[in-house]
Amino acid sequence: MKNKIYDSFDQAVSDIPDGSTVMSPGFGQVGVPRNLLAALNRQGAKHLTAVSNNAGTLDDKIDIGTLIEAGQVKKMICAFTAPTHPSQVTPFVQMYNNDEIDAELVPQGTLAERMRAAAAGIGGFYTPTSVGTELAEGKEHREINGRMHVLEYPLPGDFALIRAWRADTFGNLQFRMAQRNFNPIMATAAAVTIVEIEDKIVEVGELDPDHIHVPGVYVNRLIQIPSDGIFG
Amino acid sequence: MSDKPKLERQAMCDRLAMEFQDEWIVNLGVGMPTLCSNYTDSSKEIIFHSENGVIGYGPLAEEGKEDKHLVNAGGQNVTAVPGMAIVHHADSFALIRGGMVDVTVMGAYEVAENGDFANWRIPTRKGGGIGGAMDLAACAKRVFIAMEHTTREGSPRLLKKCNLPVTAPSAVKLLATDLGLFEIASEGFILKEYAPGWTLEEIQAETEAKLTLATDAKEFRFR
Repeated sequence: MKNKIYDSFDQAVSDIPDGSTVMSPGFGQVGVPRNLLAALNRQGAKHLTAVSNNAGTLDDKIDIGTLIEAGQVKKMICAFTAPTHPSQVTPFVQMYNNDEIDAELVPQGTLAERMRAAAAGIGGFYTPTSVGTELAEGKEHREINGRMHVLEYPLPGDFALIRAWRADTFGNLQFRMAQRNFNPIMATAAAVTIVEIEDKIVEVGELDPDHIHVPGVYVNRLIQIPSDGIFG
Repeated sequence: MSDKPKLERQAMCDRLAMEFQDEWIVNLGVGMPTLCSNYTDSSKEIIFHSENGVIGYGPLAEEGKEDKHLVNAGGQNVTAVPGMAIVHHADSFALIRGGMVDVTVMGAYEVAENGDFANWRIPTRKGGGIGGAMDLAACAKRVFIAMEHTTREGSPRLLKKCNLPVTAPSAVKLLATDLGLFEIASEGFILKEYAPGWTLEEIQAETEAKLTLATDAKEFRFR
């Protein structure tokens, strides 16, 4: 069996080239692959297209906003291109207002489903979400069973940086509670999936095959967060 | 503008929560709508769904007893209750688009008399914050809104037509403001319940759209 286990975050992200599409999950500060994002920040890849739920927060925790602030991100694809409150002027907001970064705003369910479509080999799908709003302008509309829908296309990634709870050495993954959020979708939608493990990496056979959230066939690289790593 | 006392946010949310029925799946938006979960009625079992894939969560966690992996849509630590289930984000929105959510309660900037509402973008600011609002507004069985009746500057928010970009057309069924409870019907806003001491004329003076007094209109109740 191919060894997927890395012992350095820097090594695990060393080959991510400039211009890549990088997916990183997280919702409400849970399930964010902060150690891998920190490593990609150190690695310095530029002109990235980043896919996340939001474009970073105001706190000092490492997230996609760290890479945005460092000028590594050319385009952000997310469900929030303005903060929930106008007082939250993040680095993304400043750069977006100055036209220093591009962005595509996608309703959250459409964002998740576009990635699932990419993972599932689906060429697109029709959704009622956004019909009658300015986000549907210019998109193909179709009435299906009496209801108007808009056509949305798949969203694949080059790399996914993932935070999971537990893995086996083959890369079968388990998540804990709301840590799951976008993680399984992004892990399956990207060509190369790199995972940081919060609890432990066990031997193959130790995880119940009926309780695997992402099959190891999707996982390329695994790394255990060391005791001095970022767990929050 | 009248200086009579207006309704508190908790009262507005309690009133909307009184409409929740036994076994409903309820999705609460970030901010004021989360107050709906403080309303308790032991005769009903409500299943709270959060867009990050938590189905059936309990009250906010006590300080010191938080599970760092368990948050609601606002990132607040909530508690696990028996029967809770976790799915990933795509399945969480499959549940939403699939019509499983009985009601979503959201905040808004504006609501129009045809049920259009706006809560994601202000054109003077670049970008917008949609989150799951468009999916929920388009696909939940009912959309309830909790918001202040006027802007901080006193401009009306119950309008003939939304000025801001809409989140979904013809979506809102019920609206609680600090001046009362309003239903949206084919004839527009129906004033069902008014804040204590307020008259239809006084509420109309703070409203751009025409209000119709319900035949059974009464004073706002929230307990």
